[in-house]
Amino acid sequence: MQSQMIKTSSSRPLVAAVCMLAILLPLFVSDFRSFQVTQILVYAIAVLGLNLLTGYNGQISLGHGAFFALGAYVAAILMDKAGVPYWATIPVVAAVCFVVGFIFGLPALRLAGHYLALATFSLALATPQLLKHPALEKWTGGVQGIFLSKPQPPFGLAMSQDRWLYWFVLLHVVVLFVCAANLLRGPVGRAIRAIRDQPLAAETAGIDNSRFKTTVFGISAMYTGIAGALSAIVLQFVSPDSFTMFLSIYFLVGVVVGGVGSIWGAFLGAAFILIVPNLSSEVSKSATGMLYAMVLLLLIWRMPNGLWSGVLWMWRAATRRPA
Amino acid sequence: MIERREFLAASAAALLMPQLARAQTPGVTDTEIKIGNSFAYSGPASSFATHAKTAAAYFKMINDQGGIAGRKLNFISYDDAASPPRAIEQVRKLVEQDEVAVLFNTFGTAANSATVRYVNEKKIPQLFVYSGADKFSDPKTYPWTLGWQPSYRTEGQIYAKYIRAEKPNAKIGILFQNDDFGKDYVAGFRDVLGASADSMLKTAAHELTDASIDSQLLQLQSAGIDYLISATGPKHAALAIRKNAEAATRPLHIVTNVSTSVASVLTPAGLDRSVGLISSSYLKDPTDVVWADDAGMKEWRAFMAKHYPEGDLKDINNLIGYCFAFTLVKVLQACGRDFSRENILKQATNMNNVTVPGLLPGITLNTSSSNYRPIRQLQLTRFDGKSWVRFGQIIKGADL
Repeated sequence: MQSQMIKTSSSRPLVAAVCMLAILLPLFVSDFRSFQVTQILVYAIAVLGLNLLTGYNGQISLGHGAFFALGAYVAAILMDKAGVPYWATIPVVAAVCFVVGFIFGLPALRLAGHYLALATFSLALATPQLLKHPALEKWTGGVQGIFLSKPQPPFGLAMSQDRWLYWFVLLHVVVLFVCAANLLRGPVGRAIRAIRDQPLAAETAGIDNSRFKTTVFGISAMYTGIAGALSAIVLQFVSPDSFTMFLSIYFLVGVVVGGVGSIWGAFLGAAFILIVPNLSSEVSKSATGMLYAMVLLLLIWRMPNGLWSGVLWMWRAATRRPA
Repeated sequence: MIERREFLAASAAALLMPQLARAQTPGVTDTEIKIGNSFAYSGPASSFATHAKTAAAYFKMINDQGGIAGRKLNFISYDDAASPPRAIEQVRKLVEQDEVAVLFNTFGTAANSATVRYVNEKKIPQLFVYSGADKFSDPKTYPWTLGWQPSYRTEGQIYAKYIRAEKPNAKIGILFQNDDFGKDYVAGFRDVLGASADSMLKTAAHELTDASIDSQLLQLQSAGIDYLISATGPKHAALAIRKNAEAATRPLHIVTNVSTSVASVLTPAGLDRSVGLISSSYLKDPTDVVWADDAGMKEWRAFMAKHYPEGDLKDINNLIGYCFAFTLVKVLQACGRDFSRENILKQATNMNNVTVPGLLPGITLNTSSSNYRPIRQLQLTRFDGKSWVRFGQIIKGADL
């Protein structure tokens, strides 16, 4: 997995160009396109969150849609019932989702592999019904969901709401991805991966497996929860039917397609889960699901390490100088 | 001098106005009208997709016949898999990228709930939402959104009217699903019963997830009800039919027309137990031989054979899709040459006794600026052990 490091000297201008493009993008495209890319960024955070857990730490979760929903609802309820400004909901969501993820990580310690996958899947199945529960209806709005007011650009800046939200989300993306990259680069990252590859050896080397695993679960839930909150802010609407079990599966698809255990693959994975269904429905209205599945199978077959490894392969091929 | 200049400027502006007004209606040119749609072509609700395909085929037929006022109908339809976030994306795409003149037949209660506010902010006519939820027929909150089929609330009103005529002091028990769908029925009963609702009605809610509704039924039965209304989906309706048939004093059972499938509701509940059930209908059942020689149904079958041959003639979705598209074309034809969004909405909310081929005889479309429910009539049906048989007059819902 470490072979994916791009040689810093040759890639620096490229990285700078990509960053510039990301920052300036909304100036060149329509509000609707900004909104679409914003959604990809939001999903990228969620996919990264799941990748930290599944790709790096080896704990499979089929229930991350539940944390996404938790983040979305905490943000929505704070804005709707408590009048908290949208930007101030993010730290609260981060704390709540970390704690809930950490607590869920405790029993998850006893479950390995497919048992954990099933336990988390039950979480995904229960989420929409839980959100409709009459006991919570006072806050969640029941089936109706919650409409949120439009976030306006700060300081009376004259820009469209979609552009502003793009930059607002981009800021979170930068912070969260840089944090994740730093975390995974150091000794902590090595420990997280060691637990995945050789749990016994990790334990012997003095790593506290349980503490690491629950903490990673908490961080993973926090990332996905923040993504959920951002999604609620961008869409200005939450409802139980937005968070079906399919969402959790799409996140896992995003992880696998982007690249298991690759940070930057999260963007490609997120783009895949948002763009490919649209493309396949434009090709055929009768076989939308089938086309999606075929593209997915083709990718898994030709690029089992994900799209990001494909990008790296092409980069190396392009920069390889003839001897 | 100044006066004269102002006058000239004003008259120049007046001359330019009609041109400007025409140019400003997005999605309408001299040759085309763009119609936007978002539907569940994939995902759990994709069995409904044939509905939108029928509509697409209908518009193609209209285009082959020359279009409307010389304009071809450009039907742009995207897949939202009935997911609210994707519906928001697709509807925004239709409005902002494709710049459609009108939204048509957008699918599902959840997906439309997510987009209805945006659509009304943008003032796009959202004609004939494909959902029975009554909230999409509320001119005060959503002046640009109309339903089509009788809403669940209208259906509730019609059962209440029937019961009131049969037995004015009846005790009515309503078993309802605890969401928009179930609550609409209770609201419908209250609309009709008014002040006497509290003394006549006894309600019991169940959750979609409940495995059993026995305790709710016992609660209703112990109140000595004469009528049992199951305002529930297919699964719980089957449970209620089974349980109610076992009761010592058996109240007359009415099930919603969502839960009338012989195959998936009545057969599991037991056909013998289902005899005498009452429900309602507004469409000509494509499988009913009564309509073999019906002019409207012949028209529909001819259309299907020519323009959508792969569509199933037994699938009622294909009939409903046809009726939806038929209605939109009627509205657009009524627009004359003014296809501004305001005029499209005006025509859609000004329908008088419009007849539609698939609707039961006597049921017509009627709308006004205060009535956003095009169909407010139903005919009751009774199950005879084999099929649903219509009886009595067409009943109209309450005027609200």
